[in-house]
Amino acid sequence: MTPVRKKRLLLILALVAGVGVAATLVLQAFNQNMMFYYAPKEVKAGNAPANHDFRVGGLVVKGTVKRDPNNLDVHFDITDMTETVTVKYTGILPDLFREGQGIIARGRLLPSGVIEAAEVLAKHDENYMPPEVAASLPQKPASEAK
Amino acid sequence: MNSNASHVNSVAMKNPGFFTRWFHRMASPVWFYQISGKLLPWLWVLFAVLLVTGLYGGLVTAPADYQQGDSFRIIYVHVPAAWMSMFVYMVMAVSGAIALIWRMKLAEMVMVSCAPIGAGFTFIALVTGSLWGKPMWGAWWVWDARLTAELILLFLYLGVIGLYSAIEDKRMASRAVAILALVGIVNIPIIHYSVEWWNTLHQGATVTKFDKPSIHIDMLIPLLLMAGAFKVFFAISLLLRTRNELLERELPRQWVKQLVEEKDG
Repeated sequence: MTPVRKKRLLLILALVAGVGVAATLVLQAFNQNMMFYYAPKEVKAGNAPANHDFRVGGLVVKGTVKRDPNNLDVHFDITDMTETVTVKYTGILPDLFREGQGIIARGRLLPSGVIEAAEVLAKHDENYMPPEVAASLPQKPASEAK
Repeated sequence: MNSNASHVNSVAMKNPGFFTRWFHRMASPVWFYQISGKLLPWLWVLFAVLLVTGLYGGLVTAPADYQQGDSFRIIYVHVPAAWMSMFVYMVMAVSGAIALIWRMKLAEMVMVSCAPIGAGFTFIALVTGSLWGKPMWGAWWVWDARLTAELILLFLYLGVIGLYSAIEDKRMASRAVAILALVGIVNIPIIHYSVEWWNTLHQGATVTKFDKPSIHIDMLIPLLLMAGAFKVFFAISLLLRTRNELLERELPRQWVKQLVEEKDG
């Protein structure tokens, strides 16, 4: 490699490294805003914004889904395996919503500590398998709580 | 990079090794044009085989998912397109670096030929992801880190295309585009790791991680076949586009004139 080319190569490496450092610093500064949702633990600790909408994500706790027979109101608890919060929602839930499923709710925190959700999204995990294989597995571990 | 290496290099200049010879021959437009012309039919055959087996495996033989049923089959388009959107960017940026360092015309042409293809793959990944997101997540689009970073990738590709068209002198345009492409490379690790670094609605990596892939083998094989098909398709379109760009830029040259005469005659 000629000296001129070597210099150009070093300049390019410096450029990429510089941009990389800048991007890292920016992302660090915005870290909290890059989070799509809060965990119930953070909500319980009072880290969630009180005066505007935010998202909370966790697993739907088994046996806590209560639907109102007369309208579309539904109550359920979500957990991150440490803390649990109750979510109240009116509307149609996504197909993947069920007990034990990871979901993300957007809404605001009521003074009672219940989250009134305006939107509920289902989060699916990165595992793909046929139903027979899924049935033969032991009950799902907590790894899904991410 | 050290003095020892440059000594080896200067020796290699006098008596070039296989790699150096290959590298410099690659830079010759005539040679590239001939060899790519011979390669293309084979690539088409390989693409057809991979695509047919991959689609058959994905749509027919692969079992339905335990959670998502048959809807998961969109993975066979979405995931290869998303992988390629990042892979094409890497090819573009590396070609850009080669173009900047060695001032190699062919690398410039490869770089600019990558942009529309990469933009296409990114667009497909975004659209299929949206179609997948509505029934599964309950939303066409969310501003989580993965989706946003992928959208920025699309804008980067469009920026490359726009910048290249905006500058008349194509050699100067290529240099400007190469710098843009190299700056944008910072987005690639952000896309890949966004699902690990932050809480996102998008799930984590299934295949591209050091652990065992978390997908059943019967579902994985068609996915890899489709990924291969997409990769070969990229090679085909890249060669075709680069050949086009080459003829356009080398139009006044003798060998292009000869080629045209042969075709006409």
